[in-house]
Amino acid sequence: MMEFFNQGGYGGYVWGAFGMTFGLLLIEILQLRGSRRATLIRIGRLLRLRAPRQAAAASSRRQGTSGTQP
Amino acid sequence: MFKVFYCVLARDITLAMRRRTDVLTTLFFFIIVVSLFPLGVGSEREQLRMLGPGVVWVAALLASMLALERLFAADYEDGTLEQLLLTGQPLAVLVLAKVVAHWLLTGLPLVLIAPLVAMQYHLSANAVWVMMAALAIGTPVLSLIGAIGAALTLGLRGGGILLSLLILPLYVPVLVYGAGAVAVSAIDIADTEPYLYLLSAFLLGASLLAPLAAAAALRISLE
Amino acid sequence: MMTTNWFKFASPAAFYPIAGRLIPWFGRIAAALVLIGLFWGFFLTANQLGGSNPQKEYYRIIFVHVPSAWMSMWLYLVLAGWSAIGLVFNTRLSFMMAKAAAPTGALFTFLALWTGALWGRPSWGTYWDWDPRLTSELLLFFLYIGYMALHSAIDDTRRADRAAALLAIVGLVMVPVIFLSINCPDPNQCAALHQRSDPGSIHLSILIPMLTMTFGLWAYSFAAVFARLRTIILTRESDSAWVRDVIAKEATV
Repeated sequence: MMEFFNQGGYGGYVWGAFGMTFGLLLIEILQLRGSRRATLIRIGRLLRLRAPRQAAAASSRRQGTSGTQP
Repeated sequence: MFKVFYCVLARDITLAMRRRTDVLTTLFFFIIVVSLFPLGVGSEREQLRMLGPGVVWVAALLASMLALERLFAADYEDGTLEQLLLTGQPLAVLVLAKVVAHWLLTGLPLVLIAPLVAMQYHLSANAVWVMMAALAIGTPVLSLIGAIGAALTLGLRGGGILLSLLILPLYVPVLVYGAGAVAVSAIDIADTEPYLYLLSAFLLGASLLAPLAAAAALRISLE
Repeated sequence: MMTTNWFKFASPAAFYPIAGRLIPWFGRIAAALVLIGLFWGFFLTANQLGGSNPQKEYYRIIFVHVPSAWMSMWLYLVLAGWSAIGLVFNTRLSFMMAKAAAPTGALFTFLALWTGALWGRPSWGTYWDWDPRLTSELLLFFLYIGYMALHSAIDDTRRADRAAALLAIVGLVMVPVIFLSINCPDPNQCAALHQRSDPGSIHLSILIPMLTMTFGLWAYSFAAVFARLRTIILTRESDSAWVRDVIAKEATV
């Protein structure tokens, strides 16, 4: 086991390279997930702000959907 | 078409002659940057002779890039640029004329001052000639490529810094062969020919493609 | 003749759910391929390569280094390609695709440089050398940074898209010239520190995990770019009716 982590004395280089690669990919995945959630929340809030005004206009031509409740 | 070209060229030069400090600022920026290097890296003759070509070219790059910001900016602010766009003349020709005017005002002075700068770095007479030739062929390429960046960053906040970020990587080929020509001239003057041919090829390519790209960029920025 | 109307998928509203369905699949494929590649690369390969001056265990960095370098270049082609398509056909989705590809491409460029430095130290004795490929990769990194900087500096989305797209294409045209100038700083002769690589000369036990990792990272790029694309689509289309329905459905999940 130790031998595997040691990589013949070059463990620092090998794990530095692999660690940075998969560390950064993981950070990118988390960042993408976070920004998606933030966007959903932000747009949701925007829509709720606008909903009362649009509901009045929309109710005449659209069947009410869940997003247009005042 | 040539008439349009000369009109824009003459206008830009006349305007610049009325505000001569702008031209001199670029020139003195170049001289100051070049003069700072020996103070930073030490003034040993051999070392300076080795660093000289690269330093002069990097300084020329920075100087021509700083001047680029003003290439379209003044015309953009007072609305002339939009008028030019509406004239129905081929925009690429207008851009080429502006670039040529810009080079005459900022690039050509650098070429002419080169011997003085070369003296500071103890370059030989041969190297001075090669440097002037390389600068004369290379700096127009810088202006042409830079025009694309100037058109893209038109009217943006922090445009100058952004412009350098976009354009400097694209200046690499000119830097490599421009400085290379001068460095090689110290060894064998005959070896400099391929460098100058390559720079000329860049100049031809850039003068064909860059005005088109810059014109497209102007359209994008102004629509 | 195929008569599929490709422009049907060019509408952000149509592509949003497709991307959503594809992401998990690309994610799974990426995870599987990367795990296979890692296992193979670490356990089924020799500890040393070559004869008199062997590459020791550090050569295993190749399994992330080469795939990241390939992906960094490929994603720049993708970016410039979608930019060109966007400028020609004036499709909004193409610009969004280009914008979504840029951060992942920059990430891989950085990784190629980082892993290259860690490989160079034990094998060349230096973290950095002004070798043609290293320098080209560094310049590619600058091109990515320039693209993203220009895009984020322009507030008007349409202008930002088109200006950055033009920059990407200018960059692509310049790349061969830059590469030439870095590769042959002296036109009388060319030299390089990297060994001339020829896929045939690489041993199969190295080549297979390397290719597996490459395809793994490729699938990862698909997933990451699509995920970013979906967020961009939502942000830009936040005024339209279909986004309202999406938000109503997904915000609670």
